[in-house]
Amino acid sequence: MRALILSLFLAIPAAADTASVVTQHIRPGFAAFAAQAKALAAVDSCDPALLRPAFHATYDAWLAVAHLPLGPAEEEGRSLAILFWPDPKALGQKAQRSLLTGDPEALTSDNMAQQSVAARGLAGIERLLYPAEALPADPCPLIQATAADLARMAADLDTDWGPFGDLLLTAGQPGNSRFLTAEEATQALFTQLGTGLEYLADRRIGRPLGTFDKPRPDLAEARAAGRSARNITLSLQGLRGLAQHLHPDGQRTLAAFDQALKLAADLDDPTLANLADPKAWLKLQILQQAIRATRDTALAEIGPALGVTLGFNAQDGD
Amino acid sequence: MQRRAFLASVAAACAPRLTWADVGSPAFLAAGKQGEAFFLHALSAAGETLFEVPLPGRGHAAAAHPTQAEAVAFARRPGTFALVVDCATGRIITRLAPPDGQQFNGHGVFSADGSLLLTSEVVADTSAGRIGLWDTRSYTRLTDWPSHGLGPHEIRLLPNGTLAVANGGIQTDPVDRAKLNIPTMHPNLTLLSADGNLLDQIDLPDLRQNSIRHLAQSGDAIAFAMQWEGDPAEPVPQLGLWTPGTAPILCEPTPQDAFAMQGYAGSVAATADRVLVTSPKGGVAMIFSADGTHKATHHRADLCGAAPLGTGFLLTDGLGALMTADDRALSPLRSGKTAWDNHLVPLART
Repeated sequence: MRALILSLFLAIPAAADTASVVTQHIRPGFAAFAAQAKALAAVDSCDPALLRPAFHATYDAWLAVAHLPLGPAEEEGRSLAILFWPDPKALGQKAQRSLLTGDPEALTSDNMAQQSVAARGLAGIERLLYPAEALPADPCPLIQATAADLARMAADLDTDWGPFGDLLLTAGQPGNSRFLTAEEATQALFTQLGTGLEYLADRRIGRPLGTFDKPRPDLAEARAAGRSARNITLSLQGLRGLAQHLHPDGQRTLAAFDQALKLAADLDDPTLANLADPKAWLKLQILQQAIRATRDTALAEIGPALGVTLGFNAQDGD
Repeated sequence: MQRRAFLASVAAACAPRLTWADVGSPAFLAAGKQGEAFFLHALSAAGETLFEVPLPGRGHAAAAHPTQAEAVAFARRPGTFALVVDCATGRIITRLAPPDGQQFNGHGVFSADGSLLLTSEVVADTSAGRIGLWDTRSYTRLTDWPSHGLGPHEIRLLPNGTLAVANGGIQTDPVDRAKLNIPTMHPNLTLLSADGNLLDQIDLPDLRQNSIRHLAQSGDAIAFAMQWEGDPAEPVPQLGLWTPGTAPILCEPTPQDAFAMQGYAGSVAATADRVLVTSPKGGVAMIFSADGTHKATHHRADLCGAAPLGTGFLLTDGLGALMTADDRALSPLRSGKTAWDNHLVPLART
């Protein structure tokens, strides 16, 4: 009898812990990002040495929430404007060059909001604090305007996650036209986990990894700021946090994350500059495989446990 | 044959075919999955299921006869069969199989008078495109024409009797659909005369990795939706408008929405002055004016099916909802347990 009751119990999908995801993972994450971006904008200097610590702290805080582009971050292209990467055509650099050589008086936070998403945000500030070549003009006004614009977007995200979080928390209730059932909210969060892991493996790692014969360390994210490997680790930690809050009982998924985090900690190559060395290349490829395995495990374990899948059509292109 | 089945088949053969009005005048057809079962649904303009017909597997798109209550449901690629469904009884009238060595490729259309069915097909070994022609009195194969490209997907009959063909340009493995020619792919949009002759053709030389796959008619223009096979970090448009005889217009989203569709358009539909594309991968519907100007971006997971409804649109998604869309908003119309498949097919109003 007990076995029967147990099996009936197991057949019913567990409720996703949407409240825990929203109140303990998402909202605190965006609040921390807003606080760091505000502190960066408040640095009363254009000395790169004084700005860099606050820049890194802001970048770190973004990576804790960058895997959550649903809702406020997808509106107005905010997540693109906060971190425009990859940028294979160097659109950001070109746009910044024309801003640097233009009227410095026009470089206000409000004006920055109207500029190309490629010129803004963390990647924009990185190019000004770690210039690859001499800048054509004093970057100070552009640094301040970009930081102020970033702080404004971060504050907006923090604010907007109040009501948008409420939509997730009231999924399926009358009047909620965004999430028509509780499952839709669960699926939305589950999808962020799946696509976040895919993005990490395919882009953050896949672009610099290239192929064994042709590695592309020059394509690594945040290479100038020396934080390519750090971005991978922090992104994994952020995604692990999402998985843990979404389904605290997902032991196999969490173990897969921990294995990937261990491999990431062992990279010992901050800018992935050593990828031409076959040993370094293989280390990164093994990490990529571990992240893909983590995704497979999460889909196999958390999906059925919560009774959701990735999109019916999104996964079946034609 | 058992007596009852024999009588049923005699009755079916002798009965006059019923019209769409006889079965409640549905406005749309859509395939969907409920539990582990697959159905073709006929929907009212309000999104209610008027009736549903079981399908043996997951459908992709359907073609509706212009007058008779008959539909052809196409399987997903590689399509070895298509089912002609009597929508009055739910009976499968017949099962169409492409000629040896050819495969259906997802879509088909009836001629305006209903006498012909046209199907997009490929030669399995090469993905060379063919347009199959069927006589709908008894669904016999008449002939086929070259589509003038590789991997044709959606085909659309225009009011002047010409046929627009989206030659996706991708050569696929005949068994597992693996894409074989991404570095050299070369899609095109082709216009065929009513007797299958090549009238006009365009390609996008700078966007050869943008597979032209789905079509809608927007006034005199053909709206074509694309799927990007190149570097996902490159922002490219997913929608174009082509008035034959002129250069195509590409519909660029705003820069902030440049990646919102994740390079993928799943369906396209047009009203008198708007064109809408969906991206289930991006969870987005984007609306453009008929001159190609971006008007709106709406977000909802797994949106795919799209058809015109009044001055706006009706959309379906994999979560079970039917949504209406206009420039201002996406609004829920109805939701249920059916996960809707890629396409929502409008029925001609008679």
